[in-house]
Amino acid sequence: MTLLPQVRRNWARTIHAVTIGATPEDGGTRSCTVTIGGTSAMPFHHFEGTMPHRPAVAMEITDIPPTDWPEALRAPIADVMSDPAAWAARVENDFQPDLLCVRLAGCDPNGANRTPEEAAAVAVAVRDAVGLPLVIWGCGDLDKDAEVFPAVAEALAGERCLLGTISEKNYRTLTALGTAYGHRVIAESPVDINMAKQVNILAIDAGFPEDRLVIYPTTGALGYGIEYVVSIMERLRIGGLKGDRLVSMPIVGDIGREAWGVKEARATLEEAPGWGDPAMRGPAWEAATALIYIHAGADLVILRHPDAVCDAKAAINQLMAGATDGS
Amino acid sequence: MAKLSGIEVYKNLPRTNCGDCGLPTCMAFAMQVASKKRALDGCPHVSDEARAALGDAQVPPMATLSLGSGDRVLTIGGETVMHRHEERFQHPPILAVGLSAALGDAEFAERLDAIEALTFERVGRTIGVDAIAIRHDGVDVDRYGAVVTRIAAATDRVLLLLCDDPHVLAPAVAAVADRKPLLVAATEANADAMASVACQYGLPLVLKASGIDRTAALSERIAAAGVRGLLLDPSPSHVADAVGVMIQLRRLALEQRVRSLGFPTYVDVGGLVDATLDLDLDADARATAEMMAGLSFVMRYAGVMVLDTIEPWAVHPIVTARQDVYTDPQVPNEVEAKLYEIGHPGPEAPVLVTTNFALTYFTVAGEVANSKVPCFICVVDTEGMGVLNAYADDRLTVDRVVAVVREQGAMDRVNHSRLIIPGLVARMRMGIEEVSGWQVIVGPDSAAGIPHFLHTVQSQYQAEADTEAAG
Repeated sequence: MTLLPQVRRNWARTIHAVTIGATPEDGGTRSCTVTIGGTSAMPFHHFEGTMPHRPAVAMEITDIPPTDWPEALRAPIADVMSDPAAWAARVENDFQPDLLCVRLAGCDPNGANRTPEEAAAVAVAVRDAVGLPLVIWGCGDLDKDAEVFPAVAEALAGERCLLGTISEKNYRTLTALGTAYGHRVIAESPVDINMAKQVNILAIDAGFPEDRLVIYPTTGALGYGIEYVVSIMERLRIGGLKGDRLVSMPIVGDIGREAWGVKEARATLEEAPGWGDPAMRGPAWEAATALIYIHAGADLVILRHPDAVCDAKAAINQLMAGATDGS
Repeated sequence: MAKLSGIEVYKNLPRTNCGDCGLPTCMAFAMQVASKKRALDGCPHVSDEARAALGDAQVPPMATLSLGSGDRVLTIGGETVMHRHEERFQHPPILAVGLSAALGDAEFAERLDAIEALTFERVGRTIGVDAIAIRHDGVDVDRYGAVVTRIAAATDRVLLLLCDDPHVLAPAVAAVADRKPLLVAATEANADAMASVACQYGLPLVLKASGIDRTAALSERIAAAGVRGLLLDPSPSHVADAVGVMIQLRRLALEQRVRSLGFPTYVDVGGLVDATLDLDLDADARATAEMMAGLSFVMRYAGVMVLDTIEPWAVHPIVTARQDVYTDPQVPNEVEAKLYEIGHPGPEAPVLVTTNFALTYFTVAGEVANSKVPCFICVVDTEGMGVLNAYADDRLTVDRVVAVVREQGAMDRVNHSRLIIPGLVARMRMGIEEVSGWQVIVGPDSAAGIPHFLHTVQSQYQAEADTEAAG
């Protein structure tokens, strides 16, 4: 029999491992921590490298009852969605993701325009209701996020939350808060390698530790430009493994928001009779979008539907079989 | 080793710049050979030594092969890269759904109809299941032949004959050979008989062995028997194993140029899921697992994959992902240039203009949807360029914007004459106003600002309208 050549690659560096959440031992109140990243090869290339921390799944709640979520998303939480603490407890007890993501949608100046104090009160209530590590995602309005995050970051001091997002235009406030209160930060860029790098450089130059940054290269839903983001993620990850320390951070995908915005997930049976049972279709579209990004390099995915959380975790478990898995 | 450089080719040419190849210099010819635009034979003076030296590198690292007949000829293989950003993925994997020859008549007919219905419309193209995998499942030779003939008559989809008993397979193949089916599979135990069936009809053959080493060995053996088109199934033991094996096979073929592994791959997704999961799973959980595994092999290098689920919600994401991942990253993805309606825009609805670069359009349309302000979006054909590139390249000009907006009739649908243009081309504002007489409003630089912008604009005009009404 012919002896086959070796195809294992020796990559130059590993991706930073970023730990989210602090237990009482670490000075926080979380019941566990979750570490993402730390990989020494491309995802699921178990024959050539280690994935010490499996890709993590966060589930999203919002500070005010969501108005644009379709019925499929509202049904499992309809009785608790006006109470973020109860909603968070439902997520932790019944749906069991690895992390909880609180989106401060209510702070949007074009929406409910809630105050920083109100946002901080929600953050504290959620913290007290659950033991999961927390991701806090701003409303996306740069000025308002800069007003809201000081109160929120301080209220959650020492909890090692993952806060986001920073961009080229508003990195100073959030990186300073992250440093002061011991949080991790998500750096956002619009489907562009160089801009992803640029935000990281700005954050690092501002004194933020590079091993507490997570890259958010924007997300597109399956069928709506996902291939652009897939290629950006793969290039970021290859760049990081090849030794470019400015892109050797874990990557996050904001999946639920995108996947549930498209008709393939939302359409009713009457609107799309050939697409199958809508109760299965929406979560499937979300889980499918998540899995594609995980193959491309996403280390953390943020999801909305309980079934998608369950399906994504099951698929990750199957793909981790035979891996060196320290988590 | 993987790719031949122009210099390497040049060294092996006569270097006389005779021009007999049609190019002015040997170097120019060498560059064309290196980029696979010309064959080495284009040089009438190339020596046998050069041919020998370059011959191996001239052969593509992965074979290309076709299945099916008539309007349903599908090509797979011929891949050249590990990641799509490096060049492009060439041929999307063929998606087959299994149909057991052991099914009772009613169930069989029902399932066949369900498979036929698994098609979806996406960006103007029909995508769906390409092939039917007819599983032997122990039926006798007459029954298998009858089932294969019946399916061949009922569908024009590509046929996969999944039967490793050559005595059962041979008569069925004889009946449908003109459909160019795929034979699945040759194993170490039946290789000679399967190879002779494949050779007799000139059909492609899947070979199944345990692990990469034995797959390579069996491949050499079957190639020696004269079979031309091969697919590889190294029979991975579970989904994670399969992903790792697919990646290694691809590297061995493309980077190490192992000839015996230079073929597309075959993945029995249904079988893998059964091997990976608890068999007590309910049908929905099993279909979900197949969907997730199928997506893994869209990402990781399947040539042909066989599913068992017929749930549209499980198949739709796979065929969509396949279409997305196999688009050419060098060619910008375009959407149709027409008037789009987001929400149910009425006469007060804002009118926006943007380009037909898919990513631009999807981002703009997504943010408009997020804003919950119903809008019209006029999409200008910029040949897939984004706003700034199109502007710089004269594909997004004042005259063109005005002509397209008029052509698409957006202004006839509304009771105002306000047009919102991308912030990146703010300088077009005056021009458009002069040519068209419309009021031009400059939108945000980035799509992320659209919801805020639309709310501001809408409330502003609402207030003006109210004042007017009151006055």
